[in-house]
Amino acid sequence: MAAAILVLEDGRTFTGEAYGAEGETFGEAVFNTGMTGYQETLTDPSYHRQVVVMTAPHIGNTGVNDEDQESSRIWVAGYVVRDPARRVSSWRAQRSLDDELRTQGVVGISGIDTRALTRHLRERGAMRVGISSTETDPAALLERVLASGEMAGSELSSEVSTAAAYVVPAHGEKRFTVAALDLGIKTMTPYRMAERGIEVHVLPATATIDDIRAVGPDGLFYSNGPGDPAATTHQIEVLQGALADELPYFGICFGNQLFGRALGFGTFKLKYGHRGINQPVMDRTTGKVEVTAHNHGFAVDAPLEGTTSTPYGEASVSHVCLNDDVVEGLELRAPTGSASEPGRLKGFSVQYHPEAAAGPHDAAYLFDRFVQLMEGTV
Amino acid sequence: MPKREDIKSVMVIGSGPIIIGQACEFDYSGTQACRVLKAEGIRVILVNSNPATIMTDPEFADATYIEPITPDFVEKVIAKERPDALLPTLGGQTALNAAIALHENGVLEKYGVEMIGASFDAIHRGENRQLFNAIVDKVGGEVARSFVCHTLDDCEKAVAELGYPVVVRPSFTMGGTGSGIAYSEDDLARIAGAGLSASPTTEVLIEESIIGWKEYELEVMRDKADNVVIICSIENLDPMGVHTGDSITVAPAMTLTDREYQHLRDLAIGIIREVGVDTGGCNIQYAVNPADGRVIVIEMNPRVSRSSALASKATGFPIAKIAAKVAIGYTLDEIPNDITMRSDGSSTPAAFEPTLDYVVVKVPRFAFEKFPGADPRLTTHMKSVGEAMAIGRNFTEALQKALRSLESKDAAFDWHQEWVELDKDALLAEIEVPHDGRLKKVMDALRAGATADEVFDHTKIDPWYVDQLLLINEIAEEVTAAPELTPELLRKAKRHGFSDVQIGKIRGMSADVVRGVRHALGIRPVYKTVDTCAAEFAAATPYHYSSYDEESEVAPRERPAVIILGSGPNRIGQGIEFDYSCVHAALTLSEAGYETIMVNCNPETVSTDYDTSDRLYFEPLTLEDVLEVVHAEEQAGPVLGVICQLGGQTPLGLAQGLKDNGVTILGTSPEAIHLAEERGAFGRVLADAVLPAPKYGMATSFPDAHRIAAEIGYPVMVRPSYVLGGRGMEIVYDDAALEGYIGRSTEIGPAHPVLVDRFIDDAVEIDVDALYDGEELFLGGVMEHIEEAGIHSGDSSCALPPITLGKAEIDRIRTATEAIARGVGVHGLLNIQFALGSDVLYVLEANPRASRTVPFVSKATATPLAKAAARVMLGESIAELRAAGVLPMTGDGGTLPADQPIAVKEAVMPFNRFRSPDGKQVDTVLGPEMKSTGEVMGFDADFGSAFAKAQAGAFGPLPTSGKVFVSMANRDKRHMIFPIKVLADHGFEILATQGTAEVLRRNGVQATVVRKHYEGEGPNGEKTTVQLILDGDIQLVINTPNGSASGSSARLDGYEIRTAAIMANIPCITTVQGLGAAVQGIEALERGEIGVRSLQDWARR
Repeated sequence: MAAAILVLEDGRTFTGEAYGAEGETFGEAVFNTGMTGYQETLTDPSYHRQVVVMTAPHIGNTGVNDEDQESSRIWVAGYVVRDPARRVSSWRAQRSLDDELRTQGVVGISGIDTRALTRHLRERGAMRVGISSTETDPAALLERVLASGEMAGSELSSEVSTAAAYVVPAHGEKRFTVAALDLGIKTMTPYRMAERGIEVHVLPATATIDDIRAVGPDGLFYSNGPGDPAATTHQIEVLQGALADELPYFGICFGNQLFGRALGFGTFKLKYGHRGINQPVMDRTTGKVEVTAHNHGFAVDAPLEGTTSTPYGEASVSHVCLNDDVVEGLELRAPTGSASEPGRLKGFSVQYHPEAAAGPHDAAYLFDRFVQLMEGTV
Repeated sequence: MPKREDIKSVMVIGSGPIIIGQACEFDYSGTQACRVLKAEGIRVILVNSNPATIMTDPEFADATYIEPITPDFVEKVIAKERPDALLPTLGGQTALNAAIALHENGVLEKYGVEMIGASFDAIHRGENRQLFNAIVDKVGGEVARSFVCHTLDDCEKAVAELGYPVVVRPSFTMGGTGSGIAYSEDDLARIAGAGLSASPTTEVLIEESIIGWKEYELEVMRDKADNVVIICSIENLDPMGVHTGDSITVAPAMTLTDREYQHLRDLAIGIIREVGVDTGGCNIQYAVNPADGRVIVIEMNPRVSRSSALASKATGFPIAKIAAKVAIGYTLDEIPNDITMRSDGSSTPAAFEPTLDYVVVKVPRFAFEKFPGADPRLTTHMKSVGEAMAIGRNFTEALQKALRSLESKDAAFDWHQEWVELDKDALLAEIEVPHDGRLKKVMDALRAGATADEVFDHTKIDPWYVDQLLLINEIAEEVTAAPELTPELLRKAKRHGFSDVQIGKIRGMSADVVRGVRHALGIRPVYKTVDTCAAEFAAATPYHYSSYDEESEVAPRERPAVIILGSGPNRIGQGIEFDYSCVHAALTLSEAGYETIMVNCNPETVSTDYDTSDRLYFEPLTLEDVLEVVHAEEQAGPVLGVICQLGGQTPLGLAQGLKDNGVTILGTSPEAIHLAEERGAFGRVLADAVLPAPKYGMATSFPDAHRIAAEIGYPVMVRPSYVLGGRGMEIVYDDAALEGYIGRSTEIGPAHPVLVDRFIDDAVEIDVDALYDGEELFLGGVMEHIEEAGIHSGDSSCALPPITLGKAEIDRIRTATEAIARGVGVHGLLNIQFALGSDVLYVLEANPRASRTVPFVSKATATPLAKAAARVMLGESIAELRAAGVLPMTGDGGTLPADQPIAVKEAVMPFNRFRSPDGKQVDTVLGPEMKSTGEVMGFDADFGSAFAKAQAGAFGPLPTSGKVFVSMANRDKRHMIFPIKVLADHGFEILATQGTAEVLRRNGVQATVVRKHYEGEGPNGEKTTVQLILDGDIQLVINTPNGSASGSSARLDGYEIRTAAIMANIPCITTVQGLGAAVQGIEALERGEIGVRSLQDWARR
C-alpha cells in the first residue's frame, strides 16, 4: 500500500497509508464524531472544501448504496480514517467505500492516529490541511497547504448549488408549495417536506426574489451549505425581500446563519465547530432536549435571552446547544405590540439538521412546525 | 425540573448472592445509586444479603440491612424504616421481583412507599409478553410470531402453527433461566416443561426461530420530562441463538448503516415511552435478518442490567448513577457529565449520546471444567460465570486484548508451530454449534483455508467480523513467514492486538525476548482516554486503555502512586470478594494521600468505575500489559509499587514476573508467596514452628501417588499444585479411584505434580483471616465451617464467631497463625485453613493474600480488614492503625465481645444452570473443588436466627410446617433425637430411612420409612427419597453423611439427596450442629421473633 502524509498548516505531520484515490488534496481540516452515517457525511455538500477526519475508527463496514446518497456526489475535499473496512457487510451495500472514493477521485489517508489529530484540532482550532500520496517531503506539502484557500471569507454555496431548478413532488395529495433555495441541499430535506404533502421547488443559489415569487410558494426554505455566511450578500437580500413579503420562512444550518444575518445579527467562526450526530439541543419553548445532527463551523451571534426588534418582527433564540451555549435556532414573531396577531410565528430556523441523514430523528417535528407555519396554526 | 423535595428517604434493594446471570454488576450499579442518593442528602436504606459487596459497606447507606431479599424480610425493614420511596431497578431481577411481590401483597401501599425508577405498571408492561408485544406493534415494530402457553398442550399447538425450531421463553425469570431452543418434540417437552415450572406465573412463550440473525442491544435512558438518550449500541458477534451474556459482544455496533441504526433508535424511544419507564434506564434487544434487514424486537428490561454495566464501562457514561438521579426527579440536562469539560471548566450535561473513537469487546468466561458432564453448547440459557472487556483503537486489538484478559490458556489465538493438522470440513462442522471456545475454532477453520463466506454460512457470524479474524490470521502468517521481525511488522502485529507471548510462540522465542526487542525498538503502547465524546471535549477523568497508536494521554503527576491489580473476570473461586478488597485499598490509600491506580479488565466491578481510584487502566492482567502500565506511570511521576495480594490468584501469579522486571511489590514479597505455595518449603515453615500438617506427598506418576497413598492411608485428597478454588481436587477412597484420577490428569509430570494429602475425616474445618505487619498479628476472624471437612471452604457454610470453639482453641489458632505469618514473611493479609480433628490442629494450607472471606469477616466484625491491609503494605504498623482508628483500639477478631452477633455465611450453587447433553441434571456432588458462585450472610444475635436468615437468603426460608426427611449417620443418631422431636412437636411430618426411623420410633417420634435412592422405586410405585424431594413433597432435608466408609453407599446416598435438595431449592442440613441451628431457626421463625437490624444499629449496641 502506498504511503501518504497529512500536514496541518501549523506543521504537525501524520504518516499513514493512501486511502481512496491517490494524489494530493487541500482543505479545511474538521472532525466528525458520528459512529454511523459516513456515506451521508461524504455526500453532504456542506463539507465542500473540507477534509473530514472520522473519529470512529472503522469506516466503510457497510459499503456504499444508492439510497443513502445525500447528493449526487462526494463533496469532501479529503478523507481521514483509521481503519478502513477490507470487506463490506450489508444487505444494502452495492459497492465498497474504497472503490467509491477512488472512482470519484477523493484523496484520503488511513492508518493515522485520528484521535491525536482530533485533539490537535480541538485545542488549536480547525485549520488548513494537505494530504498527499505523491509528496514525501512534509515541508514541501506544508508550503502548498499555506498557499491554499482559507474557509473564513469564502462564498461556496454557488459552487455546490444545482444549476437548474427542479421539483420534488409531494407524496400523496399536495398541500403546499415551497421554494427551496439550494445552498448545498441534502436529498433527505425535500424528502421530509414531500412526505408532509409539500411540493418542493428546488431553486439554484442564484435565484432572485422574482424567481421565488414565480413559484407561487406558501413558504420559503433555505438549505444547509458550505462557506462563510459573512461572505454571502445576494441570498440575504433575497431573504429580506421574502420576509418583507411575509412569506413563511424555514431555514436549516446555513439557512439559519443567513436568517440571522437577514435579521441583523452577526455570525462568527467557531474554534472547531460541531460535527456529529450526538449534540444535545434544548428547545427553549418546551424545555425539552433533542439529540441532533450537526455540521457547522460558523454560528449566529445573537443574545440568548430576550428579543431583538428587527424590521420584520421580533427575533429571539429558540434553540441552544447544551454543550457550549451556541445559538442553534432562531424565531421571528410578529411584534407583541402589533395590531394583528401579536406574537404570531413568521419564520424560524435551526443551526442543526432535522432531516437527520445521518443522525437521530428527534428534531423531525420542525418540518411539522413548518407545515403549521404555512397553515397559520402556530 | 430539579430533584423532588417530597422524597427524604429511599430504600435500595440489592441483588443478593452472585449467581449466573446476576453478578457483581449490580453491586456496581447499587453502589453508584447509594452514593448519588446520599450525596443528595437523602436517607438511604439498603437491603442486600450479600456481604461481599461494596454497597453493604456501612458508609454507603444510612441503614444497611444484610438481610434476606424475601418479601417477609424486606417488609420488616420497611415497617421499621418507613422509607418514602423504593428504588428497585438497580438490583437486577431479584430486586425487581421483590418489589413486584411487595406491590402485589399490598405492603408498599400499606406503608405509603412509592416505587421510583420504574412503576409497577411499567415493569409489568415491560415484562409481560402480551402487553409488550402490543407496545412494539403500536410503535411500528415487529416481534417474533409467538404464542403464550400455560400448559405443554398449548406449547404443542403453538408449534403446529410455527414449525420447528421454536424458542421457549419462560416469563419472569432472570438471565434466561429455563429458556431454550426446541428442534423436536422431545426438546419441547423437556425445555417447555422446565420453563413452565421455572416461571412464577407458569407461563412460557413459544416463538418463531430467528436463530442466526444479527443481534443488537441499545441502552436507553429517560427522564420525567421525556428526554430520551441512547447510551450505547452493542452488537453481538455470536448471532441470535446464544444468550447475550454468553456472546462475544462489541460496542459500538459495527455493521449497521445510519438508517438502520436510527430505525432501532426510534423503536427504542417509542418503546421506553409506551412502556412508561419514566425515570430510569432500560435495555432493548433486537434481531436483524442479515438477508433483508427485517427487524424483530426481542425484549426489554425495564431496569439497569448486566449490559448497562458493560455500556457504562464501554462509554464512560455512568448509567446507574444517572438512573438514580433521574429517579429522584432530575432531568438529564440538569445532570453534569463528570467526564467532559467545557472550555470554561464547567461540565457538559448528561443529556447527550456518548460517541466512541475506539472499539470495545466483551468476552464471556465459562466454568464448564467445574461441571464435568455439563452440555457445553451455548443456547439462550446463560451459562457463563463472568466476563472480560477490552478496549482498543480497532476491533482486532480489542478482541485480542479481551481474549487474553480471560486468563484461560485456551482463549487466545495460538499459531504455535506444532499445530495439529487442521481439517477444514471438520472444523466447519464444529463451529456450526456455538460452544465455549468457538472463536478459536473459527480461527482454525480460517487457517485451514475456509473463506469468510464459508464461515458465515456455517456460523452466521457477520462476514465483517470473519474478515477481521482473517486479517489477524494474515498477520500471524506474515509474522511466521518473515525472515526477520522488522520494526514495521512488529508494530503492525501489535496494532492488531498480538501479545508478546503470541508473537514469541510463532517465532519460537520467549515473550521476554520479544519484549526486549520491542523495547529496544521503542515500540510501546500509548494510553488513550475514555471520554464519552471522541475527544470533542477535554476529559477530566483519567480512564485509560492502551493502544499501539501515536499519542499518549497520561498526564504527569506529583503524588506518589500505588498501582493496584484487580482480579480479572469473575470465575468460580475468584469473584466479587477480591474486587471488594481492591476497592477498599483504593479508597483508603486515596484518603492517605497516595495516587491510586487501578488495573483491571472486568466491566462488572466497582473497581473499574472511573471514580473508585484516581486513575483507571482498563487492561488485561498479564505480565506484558501490567509492565507497560507501570512503565507509563513511571514516566508520569513517582511509583511506589504494585499491590498484588488483594485481587486473588491472578495478580498474585504476576508478582514474581513483575519483581524480576524491577517492579516493587508492596506487601508480602513474591519469595514469601512462593514459600507458602510450594509444599516443600511450606512444610519446612511448619516444621520450624512445630505445627502439624496432614501427611502428604507429591506425585508425578501413578506409582508415585500409589506409594504415597499407601503410606498415608486412605482416604486421601488429590489435587494439582498451584490452583485456586480447589480446581481438580478430589477425595479418593481406594486405589482404583486414585488410578482413575491420575489417568484423567493429563498434565501430570515433573512440572505439574499432583499433591496427595491425608484427608482428615470427621474434623471441624476452620478458616482464619489475619493481618500481619512483621511484628504484630491481628486475628481478623476465625470461622468455623458448619459442614464436615472435605468440602471446599468456598462451598461450605460457616459461622463467625466460631460456635463450638472455646478460648483455648482460639489461642492455639492464634499461636499457629502468628508462627506461620512470621515464618512465611507475610506483610499484609494471610488466610489459613485449619482442621481440628481428635484435638489436633492441622494446618491444611496458607495463602498469603486477601481471601474470599475478607469481606464477610469485615462485615461481621465491623473491621475494614482490606483497608488495614493496604496500609500495612505501605508501611503502617498495626499499632499505628489502631491509633488511627482503622483497627479497633484493643482486641481483634479472636477476642470478640460476648454480645457479638453471629454471622453465618451460606454458599449458593449454580447447578440448576447446567444440564448434560441428554438433558439430565449434572452431578451436584460437593467436594474439595469449589463450585459455588456466590454467598449470603445471615446476621443476628443468636446462631439459630442467623442460620435461618442465611438459609432464607440462599435458598428460601426454612419451612415452619410440612415434611422433614431425616437420615443420620450412626455416630449422629444419638444427637438427633431431641431436635427431631422438637420438629415433630411443631407439627412436622417426619420421614426417615429405615435405620433412622427405628431409632426415632424407639424414642417416641413417629417416622414414616421411605426408600433409599439405591433401592429404587418400590413395587407399588413408592417413591425414593430423591424422587420425593424432586417432586416437591419434602420441605426440609436433614442428612448427615457417613464419613467413614470409603465410597460407601450411605455416603453416595447422602450426595444424591443433597443434589436433589439443591435442584429442588430446599434447605438441606448436613451436620448435627446445623440441625440444632435449623431447629432454633424454625422455632424463632414460628414465634415470629426474627427481626431485622441494620449494621449501623449493631455497631451502636
